[in-house]
Amino acid sequence: MRPALHAEWTKLRTVPGPGWLLLGVIAATVALSTLVAATLTCPAQGCTPAVDATRLSLSGIQLGQAVVAVLAVLAVGGEYGTGMIRTTFTAVPRRATVLAAKAATVTGLVLVAGTVAVLGCVLAGRLILPGNGLTVAQGYPPLSLAHGPTLRAAAGSVLYLALIALLSIGIATLVRDSATAIGLVLALLYLFPILLHVVNDPHWQRHLEQIAPSEAGLAVQTTVGVSDLPIGPWSGLGVLAAWAVGALLAGGILLRARDA
Amino acid sequence: MTATMTPYRSGVEAGRAGFRQVLRAEWTKFRTVRGWVIGTAVALLVMVLLGLVTGLGSHSSYNTGPGTPDIVGHPPVPTGPDGEAVTDGFYFVHRSLAGDGSITARVTSLTGSRMPQGQDPTAPSTPEPAEVQPWAKAGLIIKENTAQGSAYAAIMVTGAHGVRMQHNYTGDTAGPAGTVSMDSPRWLRLTRTGDTVTGYASTDGTTWTTVGTVRLAGLPATVPAGLFATSPRQENVTQHLGGGGQVVGSAALATARFDTVDLGGGWSGGGWSGDAIGTGDDEPALRSASGFQQSGDSLTVTGAGDIAPDPAGSGDTIEQTLAGAFATLTVMVVIGVLFITGEYRRGMIRTSLAASPRRGHVLAAKAVVIGAVTFVVSLVAVAVTIPLTEHFLRVNGNFIYPITGLTQVRVVAGMAALLAVAAVFALAVGTILRRSAGAVATVIVLIVLPYILATAGVLPAGPSQWLLRISPAAGFAIQQSIPAYPQVGRVFTPAFGFYPLAPWAGFAVLCSWTALALAAAAYLLRRRDA
Repeated sequence: MRPALHAEWTKLRTVPGPGWLLLGVIAATVALSTLVAATLTCPAQGCTPAVDATRLSLSGIQLGQAVVAVLAVLAVGGEYGTGMIRTTFTAVPRRATVLAAKAATVTGLVLVAGTVAVLGCVLAGRLILPGNGLTVAQGYPPLSLAHGPTLRAAAGSVLYLALIALLSIGIATLVRDSATAIGLVLALLYLFPILLHVVNDPHWQRHLEQIAPSEAGLAVQTTVGVSDLPIGPWSGLGVLAAWAVGALLAGGILLRARDA
Repeated sequence: MTATMTPYRSGVEAGRAGFRQVLRAEWTKFRTVRGWVIGTAVALLVMVLLGLVTGLGSHSSYNTGPGTPDIVGHPPVPTGPDGEAVTDGFYFVHRSLAGDGSITARVTSLTGSRMPQGQDPTAPSTPEPAEVQPWAKAGLIIKENTAQGSAYAAIMVTGAHGVRMQHNYTGDTAGPAGTVSMDSPRWLRLTRTGDTVTGYASTDGTTWTTVGTVRLAGLPATVPAGLFATSPRQENVTQHLGGGGQVVGSAALATARFDTVDLGGGWSGGGWSGDAIGTGDDEPALRSASGFQQSGDSLTVTGAGDIAPDPAGSGDTIEQTLAGAFATLTVMVVIGVLFITGEYRRGMIRTSLAASPRRGHVLAAKAVVIGAVTFVVSLVAVAVTIPLTEHFLRVNGNFIYPITGLTQVRVVAGMAALLAVAAVFALAVGTILRRSAGAVATVIVLIVLPYILATAGVLPAGPSQWLLRISPAAGFAIQQSIPAYPQVGRVFTPAFGFYPLAPWAGFAVLCSWTALALAAAAYLLRRRDA
């Protein structure tokens, strides 16, 4: 396993793409969060209903997840695109080990970049929001990781990005083509919010929110009205984890069964 | 003596391959790749499938009072003379007018009140004083009959929008501005001559200005006409940041004082009779609060409701059946990108460019093929999805806003055109980046993410509208079937399905992005080595 890990690390380290994409994850996430926080306006008498300042500050994840998906899909799809995958399997014939090594290295990198990005988002929210009416007097203390739910939301967002990376690796292994894989991942992430907008039956909405990878997974960011959520913060992240594990398992089984 | 060798030259003129041949080559490439043909079929099916999910997952029911059983369906929605959904509720103090005639009255006050908030509409309650609604209306009206949705023309004072002449729900002309009070009353006059109704306004009763003249085709010879008052609900709209919006409010009433009422022409004798149009038995408190009092030549009229187009909210719009278009978009974007990046990956691009050295032609041919295929497939998908989804929505009791045939054609053809242009955009971005994953992600993030950020309430209304003006997602304005009416006091933001740009203007924004990307792609394709 260690040589496989080392090989995957070398592959990611020696091409410029992954480095730029990791920077892109941080830049995109922090940029969108800053934009959302900066455009918020609360009247002097306070926002109604109460704003979830933490979730709002972390909304950049909506964009950052797309970059994470590209990075993770390319880690697998890129090898199929160039034929490198055959060299890889010649060097490490145990295919499950290759998949595990890829998943571990990419997830590790995403965890690092995600942590930086989420810290940037929290900092941006902490600096910007008080100027837009979310003041202590209105009952909005500055964002702080010492606050339990905020810490959970921040840590959960980092894990969310890591799970998106795992989901993307699984799907890319399944379809063996970068473009198709990225299309599938982004459809999974972005289609449910749109569908939720047009389906009006509360039961259907609830079930959709419970099974959608992005909607359920991002429940971990909620700090206001947690009891009203269709799915709890950690169980929501669990749903996304189930999606990721399912995709990885399916990808792994097909990886062993098919020719490279 | 030296022999000179003449190198072989083909007798065929260079660049013989015209655009038709290139087009044929690209079409052959497209239809012979099995994955792309299957993908195109999938693109069609997902739209229909997600339409089914929308239809089956939307239910509507109502009841006629507490304790009564829920009925699958929706309360009846009146439609106006042009077929659009309208609200038609007001207190009507009328006589019958045979043939031509006129009515003149002075309005000396327009005040508001509202029913206590959050109360059961059937519980006995009395209105409490409240500020008059900006679009509360009172004035003179000539109406085809007393049924909801019938043709009318009216001149009125409003809570905050001055004197207006309105007709047939959508027509609206502004008259003198300012609010009405005892110190600054307004004289109003409405005259009927044949099919033509003219509204006049005056601030002193002697100098009159014509506010508007409208023609009500087919107006019967004898019509009810007289005075009216109405007020839309007092509503607070809150847009939840992070998803959805909420409308809370209570019924409001408007009370207007008229005096020096003067009638000319064929008016019936006897007194005035009053009718609460559109306030049903399910709102007895509101009904008993409405009415009129007469003393001498002055009348006080109190009414609730609105006479206006119904700008969506209580039902479904045709575009809500098309959520699956985003899935179709995703599939066609992937195929559009692969149509060019696939050539780079396999080195096929060198063969393509050797066969037809005019690189611009190759790109143009690819754009035509992918655009045409996407247009046809999307047209079929949209044409199947809309009636199918509408059928299931109706079965589940949902109200679907009626639209004209022309609007329907615009939505169907517009969505197909939007998806086709998006596929060409994907082709252009794929040519620029030459990397499939990056290109697919770029296009989807540019088109879909702004839409989600703007409509799902992640961003406040102002930035949402800017996003839908400048990003490629502006193109989705093409599917908006119900226009925003400025004369209705509603919130017309993206979260409620209203786009900041007109349908074709929004589509033009997407086309501009595509044209720019195509130009950059053509330039780079010619300048770079393949």
